[in-house]
Amino acid sequence: MDNLLTLDKVSAAYGQSQVLWDIELNVPKGGALALIGRNGVGKTTLLRTIMGVQRATAGTIRFDGAEVTRHGPHERARAGIGFVPQGRHIFSHMTVEENLASGLSALKGRGKGMISQGIPDHIYDLFPKLAQIKARKGGVLSGGEQQQLAIGRALAGQPKLLLLDEPTEGIQPNVVQQIEAALRRVREELGVTIVIVEQYLDFAWSFADSYCVLLRGRTERQGSTRTESASEVAHLVNV
Amino acid sequence: MLDLPLLIGQVFNGFSVASLVVLAALGLALSFGLMRVINMAHGEMLMLGGYLAYLTFLVVPGPLALLVAMPVAFVGAAAVGAVIEVSVIHRLSSRPLDTLLATWGTSLILQQGARDVFGPIGVSVTAPDWLNHSFAIASGPLAGLSLPATRLFILLVAVVVLAALGLFIAKSRIGLLVRAVNQDRMMAAASGINVRQVDLAVFCLGSGIAGLAGVVLALLGPVTPSVGQSYIVPAFLVVILGGLGSMVGTTIAALILGLVSALSQIFLDVSMSQVLVLVFVIVFLQFRPQGVIAVRSRALEE
Repeated sequence: MDNLLTLDKVSAAYGQSQVLWDIELNVPKGGALALIGRNGVGKTTLLRTIMGVQRATAGTIRFDGAEVTRHGPHERARAGIGFVPQGRHIFSHMTVEENLASGLSALKGRGKGMISQGIPDHIYDLFPKLAQIKARKGGVLSGGEQQQLAIGRALAGQPKLLLLDEPTEGIQPNVVQQIEAALRRVREELGVTIVIVEQYLDFAWSFADSYCVLLRGRTERQGSTRTESASEVAHLVNV
Repeated sequence: MLDLPLLIGQVFNGFSVASLVVLAALGLALSFGLMRVINMAHGEMLMLGGYLAYLTFLVVPGPLALLVAMPVAFVGAAAVGAVIEVSVIHRLSSRPLDTLLATWGTSLILQQGARDVFGPIGVSVTAPDWLNHSFAIASGPLAGLSLPATRLFILLVAVVVLAALGLFIAKSRIGLLVRAVNQDRMMAAASGINVRQVDLAVFCLGSGIAGLAGVVLALLGPVTPSVGQSYIVPAFLVVILGGLGSMVGTTIAALILGLVSALSQIFLDVSMSQVLVLVFVIVFLQFRPQGVIAVRSRALEE
């Protein structure tokens, strides 16, 4: 099988305290993997380690046919990894348009003039709201708007792999539906491979085709959301 | 009864002091905002700019020497800044206190280097004819007020540099990257921005502006190996007063400090006025410790 992302015995630590042990993960091209587990089991750290903003202390990470374990985050972004972090990390002093434009940096080294072409239309097509608030500063947006902006910014770099950390956490229910619908389109229409940290098993199961449960920094269980039911893992996720 | 021409003259002097200090301080503010480093060798970029102006005036005769000296000093100081950033500051980026010590050492090396090359006695440049006069007002309520052209020129340089820098940061693609890295380093890197390159570029830009300040300095008085030292302290004060890393804050703080210093000299001698400036800064920070403009930056949150 053709894997876009492969993690082989990856460990990570914050200073002296180890957070992840020997994580093994395969994400096929075009697939969607849901990372699930209770709070504090290392889901966010794992996503950060894939992005490279957190160093792997052991193991290897391969992306799109090349080893990226020692690469910095900007190199991984340019190789085609997009990141929507926990807390969204919008550039609050910048306008919506500038936030999106910052994401174009990931295009560097991928064909001349791609940056000067500007923000791709499909982003405003996915999130029409962003087109209406182009000139507003990131800091004054609602949580839902910021989340759409964070996803749009990651997509501006035309990633092959999108890392999403609880994209619907703390957002109004009607906006949650919009975001979920947009993410389905990102998968289906743009063909972007996705790794998503998700608390809600219902959405994880309807969206992803494979899952990985983390428990105390280790891979507890992996499998397919198509052949297994969510209730089989519920006891590993719910407190 | 206060003498109006004297008052206006001192306000003007305040603006011209502020111009020099803001040119000296911008580089410190930019690199502190971005990298949280305090570059003790920043004053030597002024010194370097001054000596480069002196050398340019030797090579290029005529009224255009000054206009040639400015780009030469900018590029020269930026290049030395790049060497310092790559060889010292970047290597110590995770150890701020060591950076302080190492850049102080760099500052001493540069001062001694200048002493070896140019001698301990200052060199001076002669301001070109088109700057060598004053605009004096002969009649009316402001009679007796005299505005030296060099000081007007300094003001002009500061305004142009601030405007150009402001436009560059607000409108250019590189400016966008600088703002992104300044606000959220992790997210900037994860968006594909090479934060290392941005650090280096901003450091060079700040050093280059200090080099420009050195040219302007050379118009006012002799350039000595330790000339940077007398400007680095007010520059640090202005950066702290301005809110550590804010460009607008740094500019406002430079104006406040320049005016406090110049206006107090109407009543006090120079050293007492310096005492007053320090007391003013201390009192100001008691009531507003975040400075003129509070900056939320990565550097201050960590």
